[in-house]
Amino acid sequence: MLPAIEVKQVCKHFGNLRALTDIDLEIHAGEFFALLGPNGAGKTTLISIIAGLTLANKGSVHVMGHDVRTQYQQARRNLGVVPQELVFDPFFTVREVLLIQSGYYGIKENSRWVDEIIERLDLSDKANANMRALSGGMKRRVLVAQALVHKPPVIILDEPTAGVDVELRQTLWDFIKQLNQDGHTIVLTTHYLEEAETLCHRVAMLKEGKIVALDSTQNLIGKMIAGKSVRLRLVPDKLPPTLQSLQISHHDGIAELRIENYAQVEFILSSLRVADIQILEMHLQQPDLEDVFVSIMRKSGSQSK
Amino acid sequence: MTGFLTLLYKELLRFWKVGFQTILAPMVSTLLYLLIFLHVLEAHVEVYPGVAYTVFLVPGLVMMAVIQNAFANASSSMIQSKISGNIVFILLSPLSYRAIFFAYILASIVRGLLVGLGVYLVTLVFFDIPLQLPFWALLFVILGSAILGALGLIAGIWADKFDQLAAFQNFIIMPLSFLSGVFYTIHSLPIAWQYLSHLNPFFYMIDGFRYGFFGVSDISPYISLLIVAICLLAISLLAIRMLKAGYKLRY
Repeated sequence: MLPAIEVKQVCKHFGNLRALTDIDLEIHAGEFFALLGPNGAGKTTLISIIAGLTLANKGSVHVMGHDVRTQYQQARRNLGVVPQELVFDPFFTVREVLLIQSGYYGIKENSRWVDEIIERLDLSDKANANMRALSGGMKRRVLVAQALVHKPPVIILDEPTAGVDVELRQTLWDFIKQLNQDGHTIVLTTHYLEEAETLCHRVAMLKEGKIVALDSTQNLIGKMIAGKSVRLRLVPDKLPPTLQSLQISHHDGIAELRIENYAQVEFILSSLRVADIQILEMHLQQPDLEDVFVSIMRKSGSQSK
Repeated sequence: MTGFLTLLYKELLRFWKVGFQTILAPMVSTLLYLLIFLHVLEAHVEVYPGVAYTVFLVPGLVMMAVIQNAFANASSSMIQSKISGNIVFILLSPLSYRAIFFAYILASIVRGLLVGLGVYLVTLVFFDIPLQLPFWALLFVILGSAILGALGLIAGIWADKFDQLAAFQNFIIMPLSFLSGVFYTIHSLPIAWQYLSHLNPFFYMIDGFRYGFFGVSDISPYISLLIVAICLLAISLLAIRMLKAGYKLRY
């Protein structure tokens, strides 16, 4: 099947600063994809190149099969982008902004769809308010709405939840999840890794302009060798000799045991039973995307030095 | 076509919503010029046979208002969008660079014409100003405002800050328009200044425009038309090239 976004050998430098180096990336249609990386890793530059806001020095980008340079009109019709900055046009109301944006995409009559997105993004009360009068969260919603006026199959959101309160974050993710279920390809960047972990099928991690990891969220977490552990509060507070080799730490009455796989839990439980030790509390610790992120960034950091 | 029309509509709505500042204010300041010159120079000799100085002055002032407002419209719209960042909504859209160019230029023409027409209508209350060849007048006012719209677009794209734009406006547009024969006929100038005036493209706009009113001009309206048309073409091509290459817009 045609990839939603295809990035081939893309390089970009600003003067002496190499922003992106040989980026290859294929995002499949219907995917929920996260682009992660520390500040300055090149995420926004990559998004800007896909959107045609920035021109790559080398390489090619296709959106739904259309080259973003030579077939820019078709490429942009297939793409909706929510920029990171809270930009707005102070001359117009929310509704005017959305109808004008529709017009840019060649849609003459779009009132029904505009009303629907206004409704779904909970903007109805503000539909006729001037953009200047909106709070930051409201402006963020309008940005999302603007990216959707032309019902693009591919939607890119650059840090859509930065500085957004919990309630709006929930509404926003529910809405975006719904869009993904309706068949839209979603690409997002975020610094909230638990959001990426729960939502995204696949993840690319960028560091210093290079892709340092690209895999499904599950695989990335599964590949973490260090990280799984069991934390126990015991009576009496003493591990049987059979388990002592597994111990990572033991303080404040909590013993932490490293495990390679979950089958080992059974061994731990039986050892405790045999030693007649009672369990007061037990927590399974598993690595999350944040652990993966930290470990990958650290590793690739030491390589590049 | 819908994309172009929408951008044009947006550009028109943009200045219309602040019409007090974009149409009424420049009308008032132009009429103030007229009032002052009227007071000081009433006894001035006739410029052309049978044309009193004040009547001679009106088309020049109208054209000056048109020029300055056409420039201001495109340049301020562009730089505001760039600095506030909302230019991104145009850049993300499939609007072609030609559509962007024509929408900005046409909106500038409309604003220039509105201000010019406003000034002209008010002066009609006080003076009897002939409009002998309206087609010529219209032709030059449209071409002139289109040139200034395109220049405004170029300046708006080029400038990174408001003071750079102000420099463009104060050191290029203002002197060129003030020294183009708005207030005088160049035949009243020393020879050297007459030559210099011929290098000023704004001179041809105003001279041609005035021809539409009085049927008399400093030089042949056909030559003026040719020069103004060439200027428009050259400046438009430059603006279109800048938009196509994404100069200072798409990094």
